[in-house]
Amino acid sequence: MILLELFYVFFFIGLLTIGGGYAMIPMIKDEVVARGWMSLEELLNFFAIAESTPGPFAVNTATMVGFSQAGIIGAIVATLSVVLPSFIIILIIAKCITNFLKYKQVKWALDGVKPIVTGLIIGVVLNLIVNNVLGLTKVLDLFDKPLLIEAVDYMSLAIMITMFLVKMKFKQLNPIFMIIISAILGILIYGVML
Amino acid sequence: MKEILSLFITFLKIGAFTFGGGYAMIPLIQHEMVEKKKWLTNEEMVDIIAIAESTPGVLAVNTATFVGYKIGKFWGSFFATLGVILPSMIIITIISVFFEDFLKYEYVIYAFKGIRACVAALILHAALRIAKHFPKTAFSYILVVVALVASIILQIRTTYIILFGLAIGIVSQMIVAKIKQSKAKTEEKL
Repeated sequence: MILLELFYVFFFIGLLTIGGGYAMIPMIKDEVVARGWMSLEELLNFFAIAESTPGPFAVNTATMVGFSQAGIIGAIVATLSVVLPSFIIILIIAKCITNFLKYKQVKWALDGVKPIVTGLIIGVVLNLIVNNVLGLTKVLDLFDKPLLIEAVDYMSLAIMITMFLVKMKFKQLNPIFMIIISAILGILIYGVML
Repeated sequence: MKEILSLFITFLKIGAFTFGGGYAMIPLIQHEMVEKKKWLTNEEMVDIIAIAESTPGVLAVNTATFVGYKIGKFWGSFFATLGVILPSMIIITIISVFFEDFLKYEYVIYAFKGIRACVAALILHAALRIAKHFPKTAFSYILVVVALVASIILQIRTTYIILFGLAIGIVSQMIVAKIKQSKAKTEEKL
């Protein structure tokens, strides 16, 4: 019943994504990795592809995760599920509530959820650093697993910091360009230098 | 009928040619809907974007559904949404078919090691972008820390943490409003 599972996982992701595609990353990570559908590394590969292909990030990721679990049918089910909440909610608003933005509760809820999403995304980044650089699966492993000094990947950390600083400096820089540069750096560092 | 077909094709184009998700689509949608087709006024467009941003869901889909509804009611929104997601679905499905095999090459693995580091940087940058759009109060920063601790230390499910965020946003402001009200009342009495 993987299709049913794909349906409700992505329906909830669509329902609770507030503030654009990247806001869904913590939830996708939580659901997809915890269900054993894929590792954090594989998911990160997907994010890279979703970022470097046209179309909404959320739709790209849903299609890819769906395909990996149940082929083309899976891709269709996951994509339609992630889109459905948006579609229904907006239809209701467009049809019935002309002055939706006048409700102050909407703004209040958003003001509460945005800091929460920020914290969640920072949490994902910490997990990614622990995963990419230290070779552990999650932040909590820091407390109960021995750290292998020889397994630490300083190069990954270096690329991460460089790319972050580049993006901070040149905000308009196309992420695809950054992804290509990082791919070349990866080949040079891991394939040629090391 | 002709309008709906035109809507579908326009959103198909937007879906196929914008990189970087919903926010990158907004200028393109604005150009097509307001300047070229003159289906919407600039004010209507601004309202639509504000609503799309403040409702849950995929931003691009929210915008497409809303614009579609304005122009062609239910079927307008249906075809606008279908148009905006169809290119992604097709392109990603094709890539997915080949991706597994692609990852078997040694140099592709190295390239993706670099790419994953870059994606982590992009995600961190996205967090800072969202942080720009909430009120800079001590309460907001406390919520950032609460979410961080709840997710990575307590390992609470993300869904619950987000629902908590929505609730705490409303409840805290209601309390603030109540306090202001009672303060005003006591001042009146004095």
